[in-house]
Amino acid sequence: MLALAIVVVMAAYASVGLGIDGQIPSGTFTYGLGLAALMFAAYGVLAKWAPWADPLLLPLVTLVNGLGLVFIYRIEQTGQAGASASQQILWTALGVVMFSATLIVLKDHRTLQRFTYTMGFIGLALLVMPLLPVIGDSVNGASIWIRIGPFTYQPAEMAKLALVIFFAGYLVAKRDVLALAGRRLFFIDLPRVRDLGPVIITWGLSLGVLVLQKDLGSSLLVFGTFIAMLYIATQRTSWVLIGVLLFVGGAMLAGQVFGHVQDRFEVWLDPGNPAFYERELGGSAQLMQGLFAMGSGGILGTGLGQGFPREIPLSFSDFIIAVVGEELGLTGLMALLMVYALIVQRGLRTALAARDPFSKLLAGGLSFLLAWQVFIIVGGVTRLIPLTGLVTPFMSAGGSALLTNWILIALLVRMSDAARRPPPQAIQNEGLTQVFTR
Amino acid sequence: MSELALLLIRLAFLAVLWFFVIAAVGVIRTDLFGPRTAPSANPRKLPTKPAKNIPAKPKRGEPRQMVVTGGPLQGTIINLTEQPITIGRATDSTLVLSDDYASSRHAQLFPQDGQWIVEDLGSTNGTYLDRSKVTRPTPVPLGTPVRIGKTVIELRK
Repeated sequence: MLALAIVVVMAAYASVGLGIDGQIPSGTFTYGLGLAALMFAAYGVLAKWAPWADPLLLPLVTLVNGLGLVFIYRIEQTGQAGASASQQILWTALGVVMFSATLIVLKDHRTLQRFTYTMGFIGLALLVMPLLPVIGDSVNGASIWIRIGPFTYQPAEMAKLALVIFFAGYLVAKRDVLALAGRRLFFIDLPRVRDLGPVIITWGLSLGVLVLQKDLGSSLLVFGTFIAMLYIATQRTSWVLIGVLLFVGGAMLAGQVFGHVQDRFEVWLDPGNPAFYERELGGSAQLMQGLFAMGSGGILGTGLGQGFPREIPLSFSDFIIAVVGEELGLTGLMALLMVYALIVQRGLRTALAARDPFSKLLAGGLSFLLAWQVFIIVGGVTRLIPLTGLVTPFMSAGGSALLTNWILIALLVRMSDAARRPPPQAIQNEGLTQVFTR
Repeated sequence: MSELALLLIRLAFLAVLWFFVIAAVGVIRTDLFGPRTAPSANPRKLPTKPAKNIPAKPKRGEPRQMVVTGGPLQGTIINLTEQPITIGRATDSTLVLSDDYASSRHAQLFPQDGQWIVEDLGSTNGTYLDRSKVTRPTPVPLGTPVRIGKTVIELRK
C-alpha cells in the first residue's frame, strides 16, 4: 500500500510536469525516491516499535501528504508568492522525524493520562502565547503566530493536541458524574449546573481566543472537538444540544459585536455582492475564485498543471482544496475526501478496539479532530458554512500543522498497536489463572 | 503534448487515485471479515462441510467465544476451552472487572455436556441472564446477554 501511495504521488508529479511544459520534470525520480526513502524509514520505525499497528494509516497519510506536496509544487510553478514545495518537503521530513520520535519515546500511550492537567496547562499556554508582546506576530489581521528569529510557528496547532489529551484524561475521571447526575426535563437529561463548569470554561476560552486572536477556525475546532468527546464519554444527547446552543449563541454574539466575524457572515451569505467582492481584506474574492475554479474543474477536472490556481489568493494554504477541485475535478476531490474518511475510520476503529476508556476517548477525539478540521475547511471553501481559516490536514503549506498532524497520527498508530496486540496466550493449566493486562 | 494524450493522462491518474482508495477499502474489508479464504467468511456453506477438517474445535452449535458486548471492557474476546471462566473483581479471575457493581468473585461459566452454564457465586448485585436473575446454575444459550454489574457478556460461535 505504501509503495502504491508513492507511485500515485510520483504519477501526479509527472503529470503536473506534462501539463505545464509537456515533459516529465527532471525531479520526478529524485523527489519520488526521497519521499519513498522518508516513508519507508517511517515504516521501519513502525514495524520495529509498533508491530501490531494499523497497516493503513501510514499509506493513507503518505498519499495525502504527497499530493499536498505535488499541489504546492504545482502552485509554486505559477509563481504565486509564498508557495514553496522545497520548504514543505523539509517540513514533511521533520514531521516524519516527529512521528518516529513519538513512536519510539512513547512506549505506552497511557503514560499521557498521568499528565492530564499538565497537558491542559500546556495547551492553554500555547493558545495564549501569540498574544505575548515580544514573540507574538500578526499576519493578515489574525495574531496566531509566534516569531522566534526567522522561524514562525502557530502554537495553536500543538495546543489542539494537548487539549484533546487533557479532555480525554479529564473526561475519563469525570464521565460518570457527567452522565448520571442531573434532572430530566423535556425528554433530555439535563446535567447538574456544577458539572457544566468545564463546558462553560471551554466555551469562554474558545470565544476568548476568537475575540483576542481573530482565529475563528481554531476556536470552532477546539469547541467542537470538546463537545464530541463529551458525547463519546457520556452518550448523552443533551451535551450535544447544549454545545450547539452555546456555539450558536456565541457565534451570534460575536457576529453582532465584532467586525471581522460579521464580515465573514456577510461574505458567506452574499459573496457575489460587488461591495463585498471588492473589499481589500476579508472580501469574498477568494471564496468566489475558489468556487469558479471548482466550477471550471467540473466532474473530471482540467487536468494537473492545466488549471489557473494563480487566480485564487492563498491557494497553497487555505484554498488548496479548491485547486484540487479544479485540476482533478469532482472525481479527484471525492477520492481525496474518501482517503480522509478512511483515515478517520481507522482512527475510530482504533477507538472501538481499544481496551481502556482513556485510549477510547483519546482515539475518538483525535479522529474527530481530524474529521472536523477537514469539514470546517472544505465546508468553508465550498460555501457550506462561513469560511474560517484552517489548514487542510497534511495538504496545505504550513509546517506547524504538518508537524502536529504527524504527531497525531503517531498517537493513533501507538493506540492501534496497543488495541490490536493479541492478548497473551491463555494458560491452559488448572490452578493458574490468566491475568489480562489492560 | 497533444490534447488527447493529456486527456488520457488525466483520466489515467484519476483511475489510479481511485484504485488506491479501493485497495485501501479492500484492506479494511480483510481486516473486518478476515481473508476471503477463511471458512468464517462464508458461514452459509459451513454446515455442508465435513467436520473432520477441524478436529480440535468444539462441535457445531457450541459456542467458541465469550464476547464482552457492554461495559468498560467492551470488545474483549475470550476463547472458550474446557476450563471454567471466573468473572469478578478478584485479580485471579479469568475476566477481571474494575466495576463497583461487581463482587470480587461474582459468577462463573463452565461447560457441561456441550452447554455452558452460568452460576452466580453469591454476588451482592446478582447476575442476570437476559433480564431474569440467575439463582441456580443455568444454561446460557448462544447470543443471550449475561449482565454482571455494568458488563454484558455473550456467547458466540
